[in-house]
Amino acid sequence: MRYLPLTDSDRAAMLSVIGAPDVDALFTDVAAEQYLKQPIEGLPAHASEMAVERHMRRLSNKNLAAGDAAFFCGAGAYRHHVPATVDHLIQRGEFLTAYTPYQPEIAQGTLQMLFEFQSQVARLYGCAVANASMYDGSTACWEAISMAGRVTKRNLAILHEGLHPHYVSTIRTMAKFTGDSIADRAPSLQADGGIGELIAEIEANEPSCVVVQYPDVLGRVYDLSPIAEAAHAKGALLIAVNTEPVALGALRSPGEMGADIVVGEGQSLGVGLQFGGPYLGLFAVRDPKHVRQMPGRLCGETVDAEGKRGFVLTLSTREQHIRREKATSNICTNSGLCALAFTIHLTLLGEAGLRALAAENHRLACVAADRLAKVPGVKVLNDSFFNEFTILLPTDARPVVRDLAHRNVLAGVSLGRLYPAEEQLSHGLVIAVTETASEEDIETLASALEESIR
Amino acid sequence: MTRYFTQDHEWIEVEGDTATVGITDYAQSQLGDIVFVEVPGEGAAVTKGDEAAVVESVKAASDVYSPVSGTVIEGNPALEDDPALVNSAPEGDGWFFKLTIADAGELDGLMDGSAYKDFVAGL
Repeated sequence: MRYLPLTDSDRAAMLSVIGAPDVDALFTDVAAEQYLKQPIEGLPAHASEMAVERHMRRLSNKNLAAGDAAFFCGAGAYRHHVPATVDHLIQRGEFLTAYTPYQPEIAQGTLQMLFEFQSQVARLYGCAVANASMYDGSTACWEAISMAGRVTKRNLAILHEGLHPHYVSTIRTMAKFTGDSIADRAPSLQADGGIGELIAEIEANEPSCVVVQYPDVLGRVYDLSPIAEAAHAKGALLIAVNTEPVALGALRSPGEMGADIVVGEGQSLGVGLQFGGPYLGLFAVRDPKHVRQMPGRLCGETVDAEGKRGFVLTLSTREQHIRREKATSNICTNSGLCALAFTIHLTLLGEAGLRALAAENHRLACVAADRLAKVPGVKVLNDSFFNEFTILLPTDARPVVRDLAHRNVLAGVSLGRLYPAEEQLSHGLVIAVTETASEEDIETLASALEESIR
Repeated sequence: MTRYFTQDHEWIEVEGDTATVGITDYAQSQLGDIVFVEVPGEGAAVTKGDEAAVVESVKAASDVYSPVSGTVIEGNPALEDDPALVNSAPEGDGWFFKLTIADAGELDGLMDGSAYKDFVAGL
């Protein structure tokens, strides 16, 4: 198939075959007032490449880019160093323009890449099987809840207080259409995350699943084993959510602690911040028996007609391109190129490299936590964390963050921004420290904070 | 025991007022490697001509229609772990479900073995 623009006569020929007078006739289900009849005001019909570049540069100069400041923002998206090799390799034509992997006859390279990706995710998560990726972490989280409903034939999901509020919003949006019950609550400012209360809530209900983020939105890290036990005793599944895969270079995997479904965001590895997307959803199951209930696509190893090793997509025919309204999942987007970036980055690191990277992240975060604890009026909330923790300021954190931005410090994500309706959290500030922060940056943050809240 | 066939490539083997349903050898050969089968559970009500099960291969997913109306007695539990049974023994161990027939009159108009063979030959 060649990708050539259509001519007017091509279009006329097609319209005459299907019996439509013009292209607009194909969109009669779109309300007339939504039609774009005139050019958009202020948008020229044409501009030279140089003029567009100049305009875009002017716009981008208004931003304070992560690389141009002391940067400590995380809360679900992390700035890591992505080796230049990654961007170079994913742009090779064999990957970038490869035909859809649904045709194994001509997509063995893409399929093998996906197979490697799945193997890496499964190992990282401590699971038996991972799928070929999802749209992003929040939608993968919803799909896990949806899957737990299919497995348990129940429809109550209990969300731990530490689940990222954007994930909670995504879940609520989807649950509106499925009728699932969602029990969630804003975080308490307890260092132990109220796990005892969570277990009591599990015991008092008949949930399909319990959803726990690890490390959670405030950076707290828990042993998931007692939560898994409580969930299993009630016939429910434990869904663990991870938004920072680098953490799994240092922490026990959720699968090892009994999580049945492990999902998360893979952006940290290979994928830049990219202004919020596209990102990469990860999805894995601990027990092979749940494989057939998984959403999305799975790449499997098989043999061809001559007995040679080959790869094929399996369990993908239930998805929207084939099953339409009967599809297993609502969001079965496969983030193929981001998955490739993830796999190349993780391959370049290797196991020892990932462990070393995780250790460096944690070391720097400890330096930052110790230093910030010395700032008068500042309290570190966490007694456990990986590369992200929460501090409590003597005042609302939002204006402090804005003030620090003017001092070239992007100080973190305020809880007021994450939970605008929860006044009791407004003093909280979530600080992420990756290998991209220097000790000098940490000192800059601490002294700027000292000045700002003085 | 009498075996009938439908134009949608299901077979139904009738014994008194109960029957076993599956898909034909021709159907499995057209689907290719089967990776997943979803069968109805005990007590499910099925209607003649309506979807009763789903069969998925690596290239396609198809609905399986019930040849008659009735109440499901049992879905084949072996297919959950070994859906490939439908490829290897489509008209035996790879059966989909058993049901109690609501109206034996619905069997009229289904094909017998030789009529189905002719039907497939003409496809």
